[in-house]
Amino acid sequence: MPDVVVIGAGMVGAACAYYAAREGLSVTVVDRASVAGGTTGSGEGNVLVSDKEPGPELDLAVLSCRLWTELAAEAGEPGGFEHEPKGGLVVAESDEVLRALTELAGRQEKSGVATHRVTADELAGYEPHLAPGFAGGVFYPQDAQVQPMLAAARLVRRWPGVELRTGTEVTGLLTERGRVTGVRTGAGDIPAGAVVNAAGVWAGEAAALAGVELPIMPRRGFILVTEPLTARADGRPLVRHKVYTAAYVTNVASDSEGLETSAVVEATQAGTVLIGASRERVGFDRTVSLPVLARLARQAVGLFPVLADVRAIRAYCGFRPYCPDHLPVIGADPRVSGLYHACGHEGAGIGLAPVTGLLIARLLTGAVPELDLAPFRPDRFTGAAA
Amino acid sequence: MTRSEVAYDLAVVGAGPAGLAAAGVAARAGLRVALLDAGARVGGQYFRQPPDGFHATRPGALHHGYARFVRLRDGLGDTDVLLGHRVWAIEPAVGGGFAVHCLKGGRERAATVAATRLLIATGAHDRVLPFPGWDLPGVMTAGGAQALLKGNLVVAGRRVVVAGTGPFLLPVATSLAAAGARVVGVFEAGGRFTLAPRALTRPGKAAEALGYGRLLARHRVPYKGGRAVVAAHGDGELTHVTVARVDAEWRPYQGGHETIRCDTLAVGYGFTPQLDLVAQLGCEIGADAAGVPAARVDRHMRTSAPGVYAAGETTGVGGADLAALEGEIAGRAVVADARGVPAAAHPAAVRTEARRRRLAAFADALLRSYPVRDGWTSWLRDDTLICRCEEVPYGRVKEARDLGAADARSIKLLARPGMGWCQGRICGEAVARLAGEAPGPPRRPIAQPVRLGDLAAMNERTSDDDA
Repeated sequence: MPDVVVIGAGMVGAACAYYAAREGLSVTVVDRASVAGGTTGSGEGNVLVSDKEPGPELDLAVLSCRLWTELAAEAGEPGGFEHEPKGGLVVAESDEVLRALTELAGRQEKSGVATHRVTADELAGYEPHLAPGFAGGVFYPQDAQVQPMLAAARLVRRWPGVELRTGTEVTGLLTERGRVTGVRTGAGDIPAGAVVNAAGVWAGEAAALAGVELPIMPRRGFILVTEPLTARADGRPLVRHKVYTAAYVTNVASDSEGLETSAVVEATQAGTVLIGASRERVGFDRTVSLPVLARLARQAVGLFPVLADVRAIRAYCGFRPYCPDHLPVIGADPRVSGLYHACGHEGAGIGLAPVTGLLIARLLTGAVPELDLAPFRPDRFTGAAA
Repeated sequence: MTRSEVAYDLAVVGAGPAGLAAAGVAARAGLRVALLDAGARVGGQYFRQPPDGFHATRPGALHHGYARFVRLRDGLGDTDVLLGHRVWAIEPAVGGGFAVHCLKGGRERAATVAATRLLIATGAHDRVLPFPGWDLPGVMTAGGAQALLKGNLVVAGRRVVVAGTGPFLLPVATSLAAAGARVVGVFEAGGRFTLAPRALTRPGKAAEALGYGRLLARHRVPYKGGRAVVAAHGDGELTHVTVARVDAEWRPYQGGHETIRCDTLAVGYGFTPQLDLVAQLGCEIGADAAGVPAARVDRHMRTSAPGVYAAGETTGVGGADLAALEGEIAGRAVVADARGVPAAAHPAAVRTEARRRRLAAFADALLRSYPVRDGWTSWLRDDTLICRCEEVPYGRVKEARDLGAADARSIKLLARPGMGWCQGRICGEAVARLAGEAPGPPRRPIAQPVRLGDLAAMNERTSDDDA
């Protein structure tokens, strides 16, 4: 009998398994599909501190960025998952936006974020192909990139105490005197000391199996992928960092139901350029929206005019699991003993996965977590929450 | 982007037998029809034509039913034939109908064609199974060899081996031989194509098969069943192949290998319907008799999406006769639906319906007779490329499976097969089979690579600005 069953073999579930196993716990990870088959396999692999307002989520992000570097170093950079601490460049369209961005950067620094002010003249030094006319920007050296599918697959395997069972759907939870004691699956019961809900966009359904409510909903995003670009004469990619406009910062925290796009442009190690991502609340609708793709393309070309002649060969969409207050759910469920949640990370699940796994492992072993988990309480949405 | 000023009653995508037949029927009935094709001339793969500059003296020599092609081509009436148009996306238009987004000509200028109804007749492409050496110059698909011959009057090579499975190998071999190539053997991994009792229900087909037999004999081309090319060899280009005797599951027998010298290998394992556009449009997709995804249509060739019709290989691989007939049926249904009268009321409907059923039954029987067997995976070595675009060898696919990739999509996410230029059109089915899955319908929101500048210039619908 494993000490812990983790529901979901995405990035967050893999990180929970990794850190729990590192503490000596035996872990079984179950997923009804495959490793990295959900939102993990539909995103970009962002590890960002730049896009977060100071507060509990930024505290998570700063620690998690460091953990990503450790995870990569442990297996020898880039960790078997293309960890690339390339840094992020946020550019401002106008002096007014630049002032707001600079002010934000000043507040972020107090949370441990490294920032460099970049003047309009210095922008080309960071990104030679950036369109002219930007008022300036801020460079965030901690922003990084990972290949999230490989990261999930490799981390779940890094400790021998982890067993991965794919194609295994959780159909119910085992309970004993009100305590969760394992999971029921299509392939039989798996009794365990504790259950971690890392079911991503389906985490609300997993919680419902225990009779508790978790308001996790999908927020759709489209990503455009270009043809692989051949290496440039200087051996450096066309786009060197994660580059986006300051409008992105307002969109991430937005409550708008409608479509928002602010293209984040970056090169990958496969030679393609990724352009993401839109944000829409349309449920689990996978219907392709050409106007959304057109808008992403327009913004990408606006940032890098040279991209106009580069071809898009692919587009895909994914669903970010989000909570009404845009904070993740991390912690023991006070309503059901034995049940832990690690979900609701919205678009930051890859970046925040290690810190989430670490904190959950602390709780599972009775140790003191590195951060205050009160803002991420699973019962914060219910009226009865004290 | 320039919006087309002409709104058509019908846009037909694909100018093969099905598209030609449908466009002709609809145009002759008075509808405004646009016929779009990526190629430089009409005919599709089956009626592929040499460029005019070739001055082919007997353009029909390479084709069965050339007279029928001429009839279809000359029956297009007032159809606007838009050649060199590659459709990269179709979307429902504001206020009904569809916007067909194209890239025009060699310089890929963006263009949009507006139409009330759509017929998707985009045909099929060769099914490819990877094997050691399949990426060598000199190895081509059977369809590719045939296309080179028909389209450019190029004899694909001087010493040719034809291999794979299915009756299509026969016309490839005979037309190459007739054009002067030395076809040193046709190797069918399944059983030899014989006149199964079912085939006798289609006298035309049986005669065609008999004709191939005679032609192969005349050119002294050996035709062997239970044999597969399991490896191609050469230093920089193809010089020889290994042919193995295989069991019913296509696993090679011990010691049953021979080496055959050749400079060209034409290899074909059947065809896969081209479904990018029907999938984009949200049409229901089922499976053909071999379990390969194909568009679901009713007996009037209507898909599940209102206003969208499909005909030809898009609805399941069945050959040119069936495709042309389906095109005719679809064309009549479009006309009837445009006029608001029942499609079945046409006097020809009963006759064509019966004929279509007969042809479809024959096609299904063929598909069932020439399935791909799992033993082909035993031909693979760890260094055999599965995906050529991203250079993913079999070993990396196995590694992805060991890492927990339980399905084709996860294999793709972890090892990158299908992520490159062709977007899995070539390797997708092989990867699905390696994952132990039936090949699934495509999910390609962008059916053709499109410049970001063109995408950016698309008119934005006001509804999205308001959102």
